[in-house]
Amino acid sequence: MSVPPVALQALGAFILLNAVILMVTYVTLLERKFAARMQSRIGPYYVGRPHGWLQPIADALKLMMKEDIVPTASDRWVYNLAPIVFLIPCVLIFATIPFAPGLGLADLNIGILFFLAVSALEIVGLFMGGWGSNNKYALLSAMRGVNQIISYDLPFLFAALVPVVLTGSLQMSAIVAAQQGLWFVAYPVLGQLAFVGYVIATIAAENRVPFDILEAESELVAGFRVEYSGMKFALIQLGEYAHVLGTSFLGALLFLGGWLGPGPAWLGPLWFLLKAVLIFLLVTWVRWSFVRIRVDQILGISWKLLLPATVLLLLVTGLVVAAGGGGGP
Amino acid sequence: MTGNPAALIQETFATTPTVEGHQLAVTLPVERWLEFAGFARRDLGCAYFNWLSAVDWKDNLEVLCRVENLERGVVILMRTRVPADDPRCPSLTSIYRGANWMERECYDLFGVTFTDHPDLRRILLPQDWEGHPLRKDYAVDTAHAPYR
Amino acid sequence: MDVEARKIVEIGYGGNERLIMNMGPQHPSAHGVFRAILVLEGETVVAVDAVIGYLHRCHEKLAETLTYVQYPSIASKTDYVSAMTSELAYVSVVEKVGKIEVPKRAQYLRVLAAELQRVASHCLWLGTWCLDMGGALGGGATVFLYCMRERETILDLFESLTGARLLYGFHQPGGTRYDVPAGWADRCRETIAVIEGRVEEYEAMLDDNAFFLVRTQGVGVITPELAQEIGLSGPLIRGSGIAYDVRRAEPYSSYEDFDFKVPVETAADCYARYRVRMQEFRESIKIVRQVLDGLPPGPISSRPGVKSVGQVRVPKGEGYARVEGARGEVGCYLVADGGAKPYRLKWRGASFSNLSVLPHIIPGHKVADVVAIMGSVDPVFGEVDR
Repeated sequence: MSVPPVALQALGAFILLNAVILMVTYVTLLERKFAARMQSRIGPYYVGRPHGWLQPIADALKLMMKEDIVPTASDRWVYNLAPIVFLIPCVLIFATIPFAPGLGLADLNIGILFFLAVSALEIVGLFMGGWGSNNKYALLSAMRGVNQIISYDLPFLFAALVPVVLTGSLQMSAIVAAQQGLWFVAYPVLGQLAFVGYVIATIAAENRVPFDILEAESELVAGFRVEYSGMKFALIQLGEYAHVLGTSFLGALLFLGGWLGPGPAWLGPLWFLLKAVLIFLLVTWVRWSFVRIRVDQILGISWKLLLPATVLLLLVTGLVVAAGGGGGP
Repeated sequence: MTGNPAALIQETFATTPTVEGHQLAVTLPVERWLEFAGFARRDLGCAYFNWLSAVDWKDNLEVLCRVENLERGVVILMRTRVPADDPRCPSLTSIYRGANWMERECYDLFGVTFTDHPDLRRILLPQDWEGHPLRKDYAVDTAHAPYR
Repeated sequence: MDVEARKIVEIGYGGNERLIMNMGPQHPSAHGVFRAILVLEGETVVAVDAVIGYLHRCHEKLAETLTYVQYPSIASKTDYVSAMTSELAYVSVVEKVGKIEVPKRAQYLRVLAAELQRVASHCLWLGTWCLDMGGALGGGATVFLYCMRERETILDLFESLTGARLLYGFHQPGGTRYDVPAGWADRCRETIAVIEGRVEEYEAMLDDNAFFLVRTQGVGVITPELAQEIGLSGPLIRGSGIAYDVRRAEPYSSYEDFDFKVPVETAADCYARYRVRMQEFRESIKIVRQVLDGLPPGPISSRPGVKSVGQVRVPKGEGYARVEGARGEVGCYLVADGGAKPYRLKWRGASFSNLSVLPHIIPGHKVADVVAIMGSVDPVFGEVDR
């Protein structure tokens, strides 16, 4: 008896979800070790000697066992649903990423569009968290967050569209195929500028330092997450790191050639993972080096600098491609 | 500021300041407290407000204030006495903004009321504290409300 | 805070109502226990009510119950980050009023301790300030950990000198209690050589860092007139252009023997105060080297050790002695009545006066600037509340 395709798809989704969660938990360990080395210390070491291999598991277990405190004055439904609404888009973006030619859950022919649209939905969960907590710090942070993410999703979009224009297709596997000869990051001037713009917009759209005014531990004490504890907090953390990792994967796909690399074809996903981790480490390196800037300065950079720059870049790319006779199928 | 500060004080306030190094200590009646502070700021050029405090001499309280002229190195220590049963002293906040917190501390720990102070409330102790701890009649082991 | 600003308004989301936000005593960037009640219009602070007193231990009453021999160890708990200078303020006033001589070697040792303490205290300041501005999970934490690494080396020096890392009990009326052990001078020279190199690294990291400049330049401007009226001291007043340093205004403990500059900046913002403190690192290291080169032999105290708690008696008199602590002018005003305990001791804490400038300079800035300004004011609440 043949397995109905729906069942196969469900199985695929289940495997992907677990793989994403596993990757995300271990990427937190990578970040902690990387940050520790930058600060002349060692990082997690004891749990799972040596070098803390079991630390993320221990943290996950700890969060699951913590008491779930719900403030009495909070808006019940909004407060409880916010972590889930936040997590779903952050994990859904992985559905559209192909890890190798043909190895993807849903290699849509509007892949990029779907990715960018869905990843912006995390704002809803964020604001729900800030509002539902009924806490001035959370609210202030959520308002800043909405401001910031909306402002930076536009340059993010435009920078991500440069490879799309160079390829001529929104389908992710087509974009990687178009990089057979030359990765887009090596494309003279346009590629590098687009990559830089993409990374900056990524850092800002995910509230990483120097743009993390919305959580700003030393002012707002965890921002919109301040009233969450236990498993809900774990879901929010998961969502945040999943989003960072997802955009790193997208960056590797758009600019660094996806699964292309020396060696046999089955090494493709490994190269893809390495490139995504490289972008993630770049974002982390910036995070652990700089102080944060104020919200009005952040918005100033976005609207006055980054947005005009990325729009111009996209226009120039379009002109170059049109002059060269159009690109791709 | 021209001339000798000691001489200026002598002729304006008819008191001889005690000189110790470059510090001039002036004892004043409480009615001339504010006037002297204004004089020190304007005519002696003492723009730097250092501190203000009090000493409990049991039947009266002595309020002290130290102001300085940083360029010329002139230091004035103003002193006045207020009665212990009704300690009222004019506030210097209109002349030196730094007197604000110092006077609040004096009020908090000694009970000296500074008239015309913009915001005279306790600063170091909770607002519902009873008594003024630095007075000599306040025992070190005075019982106070336990904090929950 | 004026009466108008204190009116509480319900959270209305029309956009121009005022919100009262409490940066409570428990807060990652409160630098201790400090409560700032901010009145916000959007993101701009329009009024600040600074509530202090959470660390009040009534040192002044305590001093009346402890003898002159017992109290110096307690004096270090006022400015506990810069404990050597706090103790020095107390023993200086006792020696001034009691006319007690201090031998030359003890004076040099005091200068050594004070300047090393200044370097350690500024390490803490830089680390915690960047931590506040950059986040506990971010670039701020990186600078914090580097600075702590330097501070630990100085605390190791202090540990071998006095036996304690934070609160020393090093000073006594008449001199110091401990002498430098063998080999300490060489270790000290090595330590400060390393720190000098690291200070250059910090400057390279921060001086031209665009994010850092944008957070600190033009923020928290204190005019010289305000600085003098409030009674600011230390790097705050020197960052506003007024060259007031107690070590030059009223030299104590042989400071006139040493050659050092007093850094002054005129921009009066957080960045100027940062520059002043970074230069003070270098000047303090210079002084430490001069002390180590010129340390005279001799007794470390004019009194033969601590034999009984009541052994120092100060005749009737009064006086005020001040020292240049890491945060500014720390002084004690003593009224003595001839016994072994003071009649009245007033602590002039540098941070108390420094902190009182906040309600004057914060209004008009954004919430994010509050932490930047507080960090550059560098309060230590032991000194504020005593």
